[in-house]
Amino acid sequence: MKNISKLWLLAMAAAMTAGPLAAQEAVSIDQRVNEVFANVTGPFVSLIFAPFPGTSFPWIVMWLVIAASVFTVYFGFVQFRFFKHSIQLVKGDYSDPNDAGEVSHFQALATALSGTVGLGNIAGVAVAVGIGGPGATFWMILAGLLGMASKFTECTLGVKYRNEYPDGTVSGGPMYYISKGFDELGLPGGKILAVLFSVFCILGALGGGNMFQANQAHAQITQITGEFPGWITGIIFAGVVFAVIVGGIKSIANVTEKIVPFMGILYVGAALVILLVNYDMIGWAFGQIFAGAFTGLGVAGGFVGALIQGFKRAAFSNEAGVGSAAIAHSAVKTKEPITEGFVSLLEPLIDTVVICTMTALVIVISQQLIIDPVTGNYLLNESATAIATVDGNSGVSLTSAAFASGISWFPYVLAIAVVLFAFSTMISWSYYGLKAWTYLFGEGKTKELVFKIIFCVFIVIGAAASLGPVIDFSDAAIFAMAVVNIFCLYFLMKVVKTELFSYASRLKSGEIKKFSH
Amino acid sequence: MTVKIVIGLDGTDTGERALAFAKDLASRMEACELLAVYIIEWSPFTFQTAEENEQRHKRREEEINLARTRIVDPAVAALKAAGFNASGLVRHGDVAETLNKLTVENGGSQIIVGRTSADGFTKRIFGSATQNLVMHADVPVTVVG
Repeated sequence: MKNISKLWLLAMAAAMTAGPLAAQEAVSIDQRVNEVFANVTGPFVSLIFAPFPGTSFPWIVMWLVIAASVFTVYFGFVQFRFFKHSIQLVKGDYSDPNDAGEVSHFQALATALSGTVGLGNIAGVAVAVGIGGPGATFWMILAGLLGMASKFTECTLGVKYRNEYPDGTVSGGPMYYISKGFDELGLPGGKILAVLFSVFCILGALGGGNMFQANQAHAQITQITGEFPGWITGIIFAGVVFAVIVGGIKSIANVTEKIVPFMGILYVGAALVILLVNYDMIGWAFGQIFAGAFTGLGVAGGFVGALIQGFKRAAFSNEAGVGSAAIAHSAVKTKEPITEGFVSLLEPLIDTVVICTMTALVIVISQQLIIDPVTGNYLLNESATAIATVDGNSGVSLTSAAFASGISWFPYVLAIAVVLFAFSTMISWSYYGLKAWTYLFGEGKTKELVFKIIFCVFIVIGAAASLGPVIDFSDAAIFAMAVVNIFCLYFLMKVVKTELFSYASRLKSGEIKKFSH
Repeated sequence: MTVKIVIGLDGTDTGERALAFAKDLASRMEACELLAVYIIEWSPFTFQTAEENEQRHKRREEEINLARTRIVDPAVAALKAAGFNASGLVRHGDVAETLNKLTVENGGSQIIVGRTSADGFTKRIFGSATQNLVMHADVPVTVVG
């Protein structure tokens, strides 16, 4: 405890003493971090985002969308057929009252959501709309709807093949269903693939679950306080995360877990207020979304550019097919693994179809994206990589400016929301990363401490580096998880289908009953 | 005919007074069975971290064990020692709702509870467990001050 207090004080002292004299040197530290980071991660990013030969279409985006489409068709549009049943499960209609006190479907869903709802919905959408135009929203919604089937598949397997230890604790996730599932089906290579997934999961935890969060939290804070070096934010964040994951100060995490859902509701509420005030523009905004989806409305790469951005950001936001949710959902108390699959399919719906769409609509309606009055197309910035915005904003600052155009003081609320979302996502991903780490290296205090320290160091790097390299590495690391996970899901989906048939027939026959509560 | 009385324990002095009152009442009846119940306040709609979820089953067992050994078992033992036919139960859930439900399920004809133990802000907003029980119970409720 004393050590943590000391570290915290040091971080605070560093932040406070970093005055103007130190600023110049600090900025150069940021630049150095950025250069080294971009050079180190470059080859990995290039491999993951390599386009199909002769096109500009990254193969990884197609990989995710094809998988989501295959699962949608293979399970007979499960996300629509069992939607009502999913809601009933979350409400607890099918939960045995004798299991009261165990992890409920709602709790498992809420925990998984707190890991996904966050900056992807605020900053990620702004990146998608800023580069791909309003049309990216259409593809994002479509990817969200299809992604529900991917989430269903992985979370069912997550519960089915989880490890239940003698002391009652549980551990689940792709590394477990890949190794156990492949063994059960007599397929070779399960162990190797599980190890590969774990490696990528650790990188994903350090990238999207950590650096991207720290980076965008810093961007949001500087919008209010003015420029200051990113490593200061990084050290403060790292100090708090360290206190929670190493120091075991659970009260910080518990408070965050309880505030974050309300921040989410507040965020959606504010978006609704802006949309209601500008209700006459909602039709126009949807018009832009549909027109942009098929024509691009002048964005870089045309409609394909919009499509790529929409799909990419949806996957980054809801993580369907990535495998992370399977880790979070596997703690639920249920005798039927497939019930958690049904519950998990609500995640992309809430995350992408509802929250991301809200953000996109507010950005479009606020007219932060500059339109050429003559052609009606969007104007590009100087480097022609993204749409020109009113104040040159991108990422989270674009969302902030969009909300500020409707509610002037909202950036302050958004800054708090962003910091809390970033923090809760970091805590969630530190857990996912740790599960992968312990799968690789085994459990043990020293081994776990090593990972936790690495995790905290990456927070500082993420806050100090500039958005470009961070977002590239974050996307690449998360998508690398999806490469292994989806490959394995193709082999394991027949297991889920057997579960689905069995459950659906028992539900129809009345063997699976509702409980009176 | 045997009358079954359910006693809601909460580990405080008011719970003890409820227990004493139930003993007094039961001693005046010819055939009476006592059921001592402790409800661990819990809701399926709370927000938890992934780590808490991982540990939840273990914690639940610990909570039940603690409630049993510290509150319910000593109460049941004391009742039995005094010559009553007694048993005990521990459950998780909303206190008022679960106590009422267990009473109905076990054929209880009345519930005896201590006066509220909640105070301050929570009580003002949501009412105490005792208030909620009195308002929604399906059987007569005696509140011991």
